Amino acid sequence: MSGAVLQVAGLTKRFGGFVALQDVALHVNAGERLGLIGPNGSGKTTLINCISGALLNDAGTIAFEGRDITRLPPHQRTRLGVARTFQIPKPFRSMSVLDNLRVPLEYAAWSRADHRRITDEAMEMLNLIGLQHRAQASSASLTLVDMRKLELVRALAAKPRLLVSDEAMAGLSASEVDDILALLFGLKAQGVAVVMIEHIMRAVMKFSDRLVVLVAGRKIADGEPQAVAGNADVIKAYLGE
Amino acid sequence: MKISRFWVCVAVMVAAGLLFTGVSKNEYYFNAAYVILQATMMAVAWNILGGFTGYVNFGTAGFFAVGAYTSIALDKAWGLPLPLLILAGGAVCALIGLGLGYLTLRLKGVYFAIATLAMAIVFETLINNWSFVGGAKGAYILTPEKHLWFASYIEMLFMVMLLLTIACVAISRKLNASRLGRGLAAIRDDEVAAECAGVPTLRLKLVSTTLMGAMMGVAGAPYPFFVTYVDPQSAFNLFVAVNAIAMPMIGGTAHWLGPVIGALLVGTMQEIITVTVSSELNVLIVGVMLVVFITLAPQGIVGLFQKYRSRRTP
Repeated sequence: MSGAVLQVAGLTKRFGGFVALQDVALHVNAGERLGLIGPNGSGKTTLINCISGALLNDAGTIAFEGRDITRLPPHQRTRLGVARTFQIPKPFRSMSVLDNLRVPLEYAAWSRADHRRITDEAMEMLNLIGLQHRAQASSASLTLVDMRKLELVRALAAKPRLLVSDEAMAGLSASEVDDILALLFGLKAQGVAVVMIEHIMRAVMKFSDRLVVLVAGRKIADGEPQAVAGNADVIKAYLGE
Repeated sequence: MKISRFWVCVAVMVAAGLLFTGVSKNEYYFNAAYVILQATMMAVAWNILGGFTGYVNFGTAGFFAVGAYTSIALDKAWGLPLPLLILAGGAVCALIGLGLGYLTLRLKGVYFAIATLAMAIVFETLINNWSFVGGAKGAYILTPEKHLWFASYIEMLFMVMLLLTIACVAISRKLNASRLGRGLAAIRDDEVAAECAGVPTLRLKLVSTTLMGAMMGVAGAPYPFFVTYVDPQSAFNLFVAVNAIAMPMIGGTAHWLGPVIGALLVGTMQEIITVTVSSELNVLIVGVMLVVFITLAPQGIVGLFQKYRSRRTP
């Protein structure tokens, strides 16, 4: 698989005696949109914490664009091109909306460009999510929808080639989900691969080129969305026997 | 435009300071001003780690005292001139800040605060048992004969302190609005999110502790020449630590101007009360003000002002 941006092999993560992830193997191709689903507690967030570096895995390797990043701290992974969003948005609350984007632009995208160019770029990104009129507002004052959009666009400001999105759409209305989907679809053109954790099946089925299903820390299915959705093991995991 | 306004203010302050030394003959005023300026430097320094980066340092007095004792040791050993002593105090405390950061910044919140407190106690014990600098008995320092063109040594010391304070404030102001400052603020707001936005949090925290240490060392270095007698009890005074925390809290920690306003306000009040009422009341004043501000205006005076302004221009 030479086209893989992300290659995860034999990933295991334990919390004390509890095995959160066991021997998970996974790859993501360049520009691919991968949906990651599974029941609550199946290890989805743990997996992306390992990929982003927020947690260190106990065994296994993670390679990004052919480079082993298993032991790298999160900020170096972000600089290499792995960006993530958080399930519960974590805006920099003391900063304006604009400054929230300035941080990844200045630190992750390595742009030491002058102040005005960074501001322009941040404004362009705000345009993308229709928040340009709130640029100077405090990020703590945003609504949940806007916070989720900011969370997403802050990850994009790091200029990633792999975006890992953890439930970017939880708690949003149907039209808001479509807004965010449109944003994510737009990334394909830029060749950004996306790993998306999502519970809203309509969004996952529409969005994903491929689906991976985690159950109790193990990968039980990997393939075409329609085929995976019809897989007997998957149905059993979600609905019981 | 705003830049020039700041530097005009600086020029006015320096000119006022020089005029003050030329006109006033009452040494008390220079003593009082020295104390306030020293408090301002400590507050500004504390705020770099405590306000900008969000790590509370209770060991402030430790840095201050190490700065002072570096001066004493080098003065006793080689009789170095004051500018070199200030540089040395800053350098030693910068190293201590770096070491403290390296050892403890994996600790978060209250655990970090306790570690800094412990560090101050360790240094106090060391100084207590180091007889070269007087040990627990303390050390006397002779004020040098030379004081440039100033009428007395304290006038010169006041001017030195004024320039150092301005330098610290200028650095803090520059930091506040810079890329580095935004990185520190990101750490304060959410360390995990900051890492994921590409901010090298450990390195930035080390820069922050080092800078804080350096400023505190610089603030402490001239102290022996100001009081002429230093013992561990007075140098490691808890009051120094309390002031350095309370002043930024009262002024507002998120903005560079906060600790300056807090220190000038509280410091001046303390001086006035010391003279008019009693020196014992000092601590009480800080305590009461701190309680009032934390409950009524947690963002400090600067925060109040910003709120007022944003309400007027929505």
